[in-house]
Amino acid sequence: MSQVGLATAAPVVRVSQGRRLRRRFLRRPMAVIGLVLVAAFVLLALVGPLVSGDPLAQDFGARLAPPSAHHLLGTDDLGRDVFARIAHGARVSLLAGVASTALAVVVGVPIGLGAGYFRGWLDSAIMRLNDVLLAFPFLIFAVGLAAILGASLRNVVLALAIAQLPSVIRITRGEALVLRDQDFVSGAVADGARPITIMFRYLLPNSLNALIVQATVAIPGAIIGEAALSFLGLGVQPPTPSWGVMLTTAQQFLAQAPQLAIFPGLMIALATLGFNLLGDGLRDVLDPRSH
Amino acid sequence: MSAENVLTVRGLTKHYLGGSRLRGTQHVVRAVDGVDLRIAAGEILGLVGESGSGKSTVGRCVTRLTTPTSGTIELLGKDISRRSQRQLRPLRREVHIVFQDPYSSLNPRMTIGEIIAEPLRQQGIRSRRERDLGVAEMLERTGLRQEMRTRYPHELSGGQRQRVALARALIRRPRLVVADEPVSALDVSVQASILNLLLELQRDLGFSCLFISHDLSVVEFISDRIAVMYLGRIVETTSRERLFREPQHPYTQALLSAAPVPDPALARGRERVILRGDLPSAAAMPAGCRFHTRCPVAVDRCRTDDPALVGVTAPDHLVACHLVEPGRGAPDITAVRRADADHST
Amino acid sequence: MSLLEVEDLRVTFTTEDGPVLAVKRMSFALESGEILALVGESGCGKSVTAMSIPRLLPTSGVEIEGAVRLGGRDLTALAERDLEALRGKEISVVFQEPMTSLNPAYTVGRQIVEVLRRHERLNSRKALDRAVELLELVGIPDARRRCDSYPHQLSGGMRQRVMIAIGVACNPKVLIADEPTTALDVTIQAGVLEVIANLRDTLGTAVVLITHDLGVVAKVADRVVVMYAGRSVEEAPVDSLFAAPQHPYTMGLIDALPSSALLRGTRRLEEIPGMVPPPTSDPDECEFAARCPRASARCTSARPALKVSEAEHRVACYHPGRKEVGRVS
Repeated sequence: MSQVGLATAAPVVRVSQGRRLRRRFLRRPMAVIGLVLVAAFVLLALVGPLVSGDPLAQDFGARLAPPSAHHLLGTDDLGRDVFARIAHGARVSLLAGVASTALAVVVGVPIGLGAGYFRGWLDSAIMRLNDVLLAFPFLIFAVGLAAILGASLRNVVLALAIAQLPSVIRITRGEALVLRDQDFVSGAVADGARPITIMFRYLLPNSLNALIVQATVAIPGAIIGEAALSFLGLGVQPPTPSWGVMLTTAQQFLAQAPQLAIFPGLMIALATLGFNLLGDGLRDVLDPRSH
Repeated sequence: MSAENVLTVRGLTKHYLGGSRLRGTQHVVRAVDGVDLRIAAGEILGLVGESGSGKSTVGRCVTRLTTPTSGTIELLGKDISRRSQRQLRPLRREVHIVFQDPYSSLNPRMTIGEIIAEPLRQQGIRSRRERDLGVAEMLERTGLRQEMRTRYPHELSGGQRQRVALARALIRRPRLVVADEPVSALDVSVQASILNLLLELQRDLGFSCLFISHDLSVVEFISDRIAVMYLGRIVETTSRERLFREPQHPYTQALLSAAPVPDPALARGRERVILRGDLPSAAAMPAGCRFHTRCPVAVDRCRTDDPALVGVTAPDHLVACHLVEPGRGAPDITAVRRADADHST
Repeated sequence: MSLLEVEDLRVTFTTEDGPVLAVKRMSFALESGEILALVGESGCGKSVTAMSIPRLLPTSGVEIEGAVRLGGRDLTALAERDLEALRGKEISVVFQEPMTSLNPAYTVGRQIVEVLRRHERLNSRKALDRAVELLELVGIPDARRRCDSYPHQLSGGMRQRVMIAIGVACNPKVLIADEPTTALDVTIQAGVLEVIANLRDTLGTAVVLITHDLGVVAKVADRVVVMYAGRSVEEAPVDSLFAAPQHPYTMGLIDALPSSALLRGTRRLEEIPGMVPPPTSDPDECEFAARCPRASARCTSARPALKVSEAEHRVACYHPGRKEVGRVS
């Protein structure tokens, strides 16, 4: 009912699409906070390690030291600078989060597009398998895969990518299903366009908004996943700094040096919060029908 | 005979499964159920019918956006009804389609120039220059400014988008254009300019056209011949003049009398036939003549025998009705209404 | 005093791209027992005008100015509570798409009964009898049995009849019908229009009919207001409007119809060049001038007022009437 007036009045004014989207995004304070957090996180991961010094250098004179001018965030049990380890850990987190998501998208999108466009038995087979995989909680699935693949940063990325695959396929297929019945796709079929052309020239560009949103909200899951796997010893191995590894160590010294747990924990929380807020904002702006 | 025709359709049917298998309501929907059509070179055939008549499904079969259940579709003498999409490709340039909704028929992520050039690209024309020349010509022909080529669909009005759709459909010079309700989503003044443009392009380029519409006045204006569809069948087909001068099938008569006319005196004075009931669903087709459930003059025979589409009064005026007889002409459906009225008072 | 008077109505929407002047200034009156058609092309403000009568527009982002008087009472001064009591009882609305306005979870009988019990305080038995009566009134066969049907079991035409039955359940003075037959097939549409005309004749309901279809106007309307760019440009009894349209826009609309070309025996439709101006400004000029074949300097220097040209025929144009155009008649 409430759309009656607006629906008839709205489409007449024309403003450039990009400017309108930017304006809509900037009007959402939570989205802007998310963007700032993500930017800070990326900056920390890229620039932090260049200025923070060696994360493995030990200062035996200052073990479990509280924050000071010399050690900005204090030191750990082996006298290593916590800030340096956080900065290098950010790199690992960003790599694990972004690379695994990117890998899942690269592999999952063609599968989802194909399933949604062709339908039929192939689609049924893919989607049933997908449903089975989706039945496992993301983290449990990732832990299982990492245990099979063995502990290393490469395998963490691989495990997290595979664990994300089912939801990427499901979302892409859903988009393809909606789009394939639109007239402009039928028009392409009538042109004689090949299926591969229709998938990548017609379906993919029009699914992009939904995929960008999906990727943004998937990254924090992968960041937590990396931390969790490393915490359990299934991920990045000490002495390589990772926020998860740092938390493992901090467990033993919770009473003496709670800051050892607080700083990496806070970083994980802020990074995931940032991506989630950004993702929600992008969803509002780019993909309004998903509400 | 069929060699002169750009399109010859015989016994076309399209059935599909409707309802839900889980709920046990699955049934066969007979969207198109035995349709014969022919379109000569340079001819515009108007296919008119109400929602659920199957007219759009005919258009989708002819352009092979869907595969018919049975029947043949001859395009330029070649049967395309059973070809695979790959086998169809060489013939794709001969037939194009224009859709109703100009908002969903253009790829929102492409510029107007890319959209219009797309059929050439799919045909394998690699030369950018060649495609650009084609686009420039079509922009000109459809009355769009050359600057439009860098715009995106959302920046255009509905009428401009429908011009783009026409430019796109005609850039490969097809022999047949299927226009599925091309002006139904447009305002009257915009509709007028698109219909004029379509006629002008048809005169210049000489394509044949299957013009699908629910709007009788639009069909009357644009068509050379007209076919009236009801529940998956053609019930009457003849030249435009003949159909409006002496409609024979009771459904055609009812449709003509119900169509709104922009003349208050005529609208009030006209003997109007309001059909009883609603369209039966295509899933539960009535036996005998499909129209008998709503026909004001139906007799017993109509409930059991399915009438064939035959030329009774003239060889080029085909009607599917038992009551149209040689010498007697069409049944008078308004007479029944008057009798009813007398009866009730 | 007329039954319903709309005076100097202005409706402005606030959007992300700035204000949209949907209705720039509208005044018209509705007499009891007449069908008044608001006609115009998309974006002309006809629906917004109609919806601002019972104030069914969103409450935020909209500014409504001007007066709307029903039987002398100014509706713009009423509180939301009083408006709720008024809607359905004194003014009802029927929308284009009946499926979305009916509740799919309840039978149609129950939905009519609910309206009756809310406004009329009938007991359920009497309300049910009345519901059956109403369904018969709108031409639904086998009405008592149909009361037990759910909306999805009815066809589009039947649903629209049910909506109309709900609309007139409490015998409102004014029925607002927003494109009530646009979604229906012609053979069904004719029946629904007949129902609306019957209501006027039997119950004396006054109807504001919003439509883009001049054929529908010709069939049922008594009087017509032609809207362009948020204003009325012509107002006339239906016969007079079609027989002697005064505003060039009205003439353009009529001449653009395929049936007009058929009547003239040509295979070319009259077009209206150009496009509707964007609703972002309200210049002091005739906004149709840019598209008008007879525009003069005067048209762009000051807006023409809606003036009486003949008996009950009003037009906002400096150069009205058929005579001045060089058309073949």
